[in-house]
Amino acid sequence: MAIEVRNVSKAFGDFQALDDVSVVVPDGSLTALLGPSGGGKSTLLRVIAGLESADAGEVFFDGTSVSGVAPQHRDVGFVFQHYAAFKHMTVRDNVAFGLKIRKKPKAEIAERVEELLRLVHLDGFASRYPAQLSGGQRQRMALARALAVEPKVLLLDEPFGALDAKVRKELRDWLRRLHDEVPVTTVFVTHDQEEALEVAEQIVVINEGRIEQAGSPEELYEDPATPFVMGFVGPVAKLGEVYVRPHDIDLELEPVDGGYEAQIEHVARVGFEARVEAHLADGAPVSVLVTRHQAAEQELEPGQIIWLRPHRVHEFAVA
Amino acid sequence: MASAPASDVALPRARRWGLVSARPAIAGALATAYLSLVVLIPIAAVLAESMTDGWAGFWKAISAPQAIAAVKFTVIVSAIVVAINVVTGTLIAWVLVRDDFPGKRTVNALIDLPFALPTIVAGLTLLALYGPKGPAPVDIGFTKVGVAAALLFVTLPFVVRSVQPVLMELDREMEEAAQSLGAGGFRVFRSIILPTLLPAIASGAGLGFARALGEFGSVVLISGNIPFKTEVASVFLFGQIESNNTRGAAAVSVVLLVLSFVLLLAVSWVGTRAERHAR
Repeated sequence: MAIEVRNVSKAFGDFQALDDVSVVVPDGSLTALLGPSGGGKSTLLRVIAGLESADAGEVFFDGTSVSGVAPQHRDVGFVFQHYAAFKHMTVRDNVAFGLKIRKKPKAEIAERVEELLRLVHLDGFASRYPAQLSGGQRQRMALARALAVEPKVLLLDEPFGALDAKVRKELRDWLRRLHDEVPVTTVFVTHDQEEALEVAEQIVVINEGRIEQAGSPEELYEDPATPFVMGFVGPVAKLGEVYVRPHDIDLELEPVDGGYEAQIEHVARVGFEARVEAHLADGAPVSVLVTRHQAAEQELEPGQIIWLRPHRVHEFAVA
Repeated sequence: MASAPASDVALPRARRWGLVSARPAIAGALATAYLSLVVLIPIAAVLAESMTDGWAGFWKAISAPQAIAAVKFTVIVSAIVVAINVVTGTLIAWVLVRDDFPGKRTVNALIDLPFALPTIVAGLTLLALYGPKGPAPVDIGFTKVGVAAALLFVTLPFVVRSVQPVLMELDREMEEAAQSLGAGGFRVFRSIILPTLLPAIASGAGLGFARALGEFGSVVLISGNIPFKTEVASVFLFGQIESNNTRGAAAVSVVLLVLSFVLLLAVSWVGTRAERHAR
């Protein structure tokens, strides 16, 4: 189901969480709402779910306004950062909750729960309580619980934020594959640009209650609309007035046309790349990525004078 | 006693034989000695006193019609009072945690008044208001309803104060998750909130019930102490001692003691059962 958010604003007291936000989520897509903490992305997700009501603007599901529709009637699955597990219920009862409310026959519920637990790799854990599960398992249970009712939209609020790096990476890959298996329209909130770039088909960058840019991961990385987006989705260096990715800079040992003179401070070799930290003549720091091979060939070392020439620059209209 | 002291094995070798290993043992001994001195020895004395004339004497004392009537009335009125408290106490806790209204802080502070007020003062107040000469249009002085009113007054804080902190800690996202799964307001309350609050409600109810069983000060004036009608167990006990029947009083005390103890066990059982899943 396609979601359209039209001119939505929401304030909490003096704090403007969302400021005239409009965004379209295509049917069946996997969309990330990306931005810094407090930027309004979670609020937007909660407005879509109906857990928060907008001060102005409307949300449409397949063209029909859902403003005024209570969350329990919106047919959305919602997954919270801290799992929101029903602690007094077993894993089985947690997953069955929505089905019981829909008064499905017992046999059907049992079958569906078993199927879902298999899908999230929790078969064998049905009789446990949430307290007996790890964080990753709890979040998978929460996902099964949300999927059980076959929601038209799946909304995830920082779903992997409370998990450690390794589990987060696993679950991220798994969510990606799950979306291929169960192609429900999915929107997830994250402040981790790597997570968004890896998982999402579409990314909406939100900052200070406004949409900075919406587009595919490639578009955002290669063609950012604002300096904020450029800096948020990847590393950025500033040469004079232009913004450039550190791997889009040619490093020369002789003066070149359009080159900026700089002095090396530090060379760090990471994997097959080397990151050269330097400062320009005016003292501004700049970081350049070169191959390990090039760093060895040019015998780069601290104190050396180099010339930097960007071969792909981004210029932004002054806001 | 439930939490075992840190195992000696876990301590570094150098500290194993020092003060550190001795400390838990000393602390344990102190706690036990104090508990014995203040609680266990007096209870043992009452038990011994009640058994001075053997089982026959004990049985005779507790099967006296007036004793039975007093204990029965006490248990029934306490149960009714607790049932009312469970509902109103939970509601008050809910309002204090979830709603905002002018004067909320004052109301919150006033809840503890029945704890702070000398119970005899409470009894006097109720009698002055609801008694035969009171300004209130109802006269419940020297009636069973009067006893219930007094007990409601003194036991009000128990359920409120045990439910309140749990309600404050309650994970709001749990409710939102239930909502997004299709649960309406009542369903969220019944399936999510109530089960989470139940241990706290049970604990408050248990403590309130125990308090009501033994309540004396607030009841003695308003009840009128009419045997077979409004006489509660504690007042009956007092009367027995006044008329020099210490043994009979001790025997009925033991009955109240057993009731309280069973209640205590029930409360802690509910507590540990809930503890297992709540984290």
